[in-house]
Amino acid sequence: MPQKRGKPSYAKKDAVWGYLFVLPAMILIAVWIIYPMIFAFRLSFMNFKYLTPEKARYVGFANYIRAFSDDTFKKALTNTFKYSLIVVPVQTIISLLLALVCNSRIKGKTFFKVAYYIPSITSALAVGTMFKFLFNQQGIINRFLSNFGFHSVSWFEDPSYALPLCMIMAIWSSVGGGMILFLAGLQDIPSSVIEAAQVDGANGFQRFLKIILPLLRPTIFFAVVTGIIGTLQVFDQAYIVSRGSGGPLDSTMTVVLYIYNKGFRTTNANMGYPSALAFLLFAIIFTLTLIQKKFFDKGAESY
Amino acid sequence: MNQNSSKINMSKVIFYIITISYALIAIMPFIWSFYSSFRTPEDVNKINISFKNLSMMNYKYIFTNLPIGRYYLNSVIVAAIVTVGNLLINSMAGYAFARLEFAGKDIMFMIVLGIMMIPGQVLMVPTFVMLSKLNWLNSFRGLTIPFLFSSFYIFMMRQFFMSIPKDLEEAAFIDGMSRGGIFFKIALPLVKPALSTQAIGLFIGNWNAFLWPSLIATKKEWFTLPVGLGDLEFRYFSFQNQVMAGTMCLTIPIIIMFLVLQKYIIENSTTSGMK
Repeated sequence: MPQKRGKPSYAKKDAVWGYLFVLPAMILIAVWIIYPMIFAFRLSFMNFKYLTPEKARYVGFANYIRAFSDDTFKKALTNTFKYSLIVVPVQTIISLLLALVCNSRIKGKTFFKVAYYIPSITSALAVGTMFKFLFNQQGIINRFLSNFGFHSVSWFEDPSYALPLCMIMAIWSSVGGGMILFLAGLQDIPSSVIEAAQVDGANGFQRFLKIILPLLRPTIFFAVVTGIIGTLQVFDQAYIVSRGSGGPLDSTMTVVLYIYNKGFRTTNANMGYPSALAFLLFAIIFTLTLIQKKFFDKGAESY
Repeated sequence: MNQNSSKINMSKVIFYIITISYALIAIMPFIWSFYSSFRTPEDVNKINISFKNLSMMNYKYIFTNLPIGRYYLNSVIVAAIVTVGNLLINSMAGYAFARLEFAGKDIMFMIVLGIMMIPGQVLMVPTFVMLSKLNWLNSFRGLTIPFLFSSFYIFMMRQFFMSIPKDLEEAAFIDGMSRGGIFFKIALPLVKPALSTQAIGLFIGNWNAFLWPSLIATKKEWFTLPVGLGDLEFRYFSFQNQVMAGTMCLTIPIIIMFLVLQKYIIENSTTSGMK
């Protein structure tokens, strides 16, 4: 676009500055994203051992085919989907409720906002160590629950409780961030719309259902999309609960943890295999994102 | 009428009970962990609260047996370099995409947006191989250089630069100021809120980062705090009080920073999060 008072020399100079300004970012992207991406793609068709790179050879789709008969990978995939299916809706609903609370005429708003948000700025690793401590067999949660007649549970050594514990951790630490997102969405709703409904005699619940919720649709979609992408890549919680093993009995083995184990915790592993797994995960996330984008666009249209 | 107002009060009471309960759920784990980090191994799981027998013993133990000072130093250096580097690189790129005209701009911008969809795990194996070939494992170069940009923040900065009026920049242009001068002296000061959002997000994110640093730093002297905490947890789990002391070393600085800047952080993200 020619500028209003633009002389050609301005435009030329601008182009030089333009390249100068994008150069650092583009070089970094090329070296640390695009090149490794191509590298990983090639690797996924190879048998490549880190200690003996000279013996690397192409194996076609063997790594991908291997994934389909790998029971641990299937288990990891199931766990990851289960985790995502529970964590995303629960965290979205709690985040929305917290945002509504902080947006209402509540006393001590700042205190509540700060309290609700603090878990979200904490390292997943620290959340993990704290929860392992609170939920250990002799820990305070079990002692507390025993007051109500519950048996003490070894939360992270019992295959039926370890994954739910990961989910609790994830939800606990993510709802603060979601709340902030919804607060932004709520603040974009013009107060005149809500006041009009009030005048028309709509009560709080009706206002929420008929006005606030539809207007928040784009934000909800955004929260769900990013939630699904994030949960499918769950690593930290599962790593800390199982000390990296994915145990007990693979009950906390997630896809990314499995990729990590296959790539970095196996001596002289075939690096091609975890690369293939990573691309399978990428394909899943990419497909889900596209599907959701369709929904998202629809949601945005009706907005 | 009377009945009605008592109904309102009842619902108000229930409302406050729920909001306060959730606030307790959110902060009690920190308070209990903090308290436990001063307890003895015998007391650490006791439910009763007493302030006898509390000591700095656990902190003393981990500070003398682990190079925690070195972990702190590494974490601060890495987070500072990554934050400053990102601020500069993302802002420059965002400005170019918002204001400057050059061939290939649209394609480059599409690339920036497109790579946001790539999950980091795809890149784990090749990046590790690259870093080890470069001999960058266990070095500040390896811990910082691959993380000096963020497509998310490039995109955010572009949106911010597009939203500020051009008049001042055009006036400076006519006065003969160079683009570089305009960027640093005029445009950047106008997007201070975006810069602080970026700085806080990057610093917290890097301070907390675990997966990548744990791949790159394999030797103790290069551990950042989260990697060190993972290591402590891994080896000393039976001494929960010591693990809690380590956990506090990692979380307290970031919580203090948050409490000091909370007004800024929450307001910035509610006004600029989605735009």
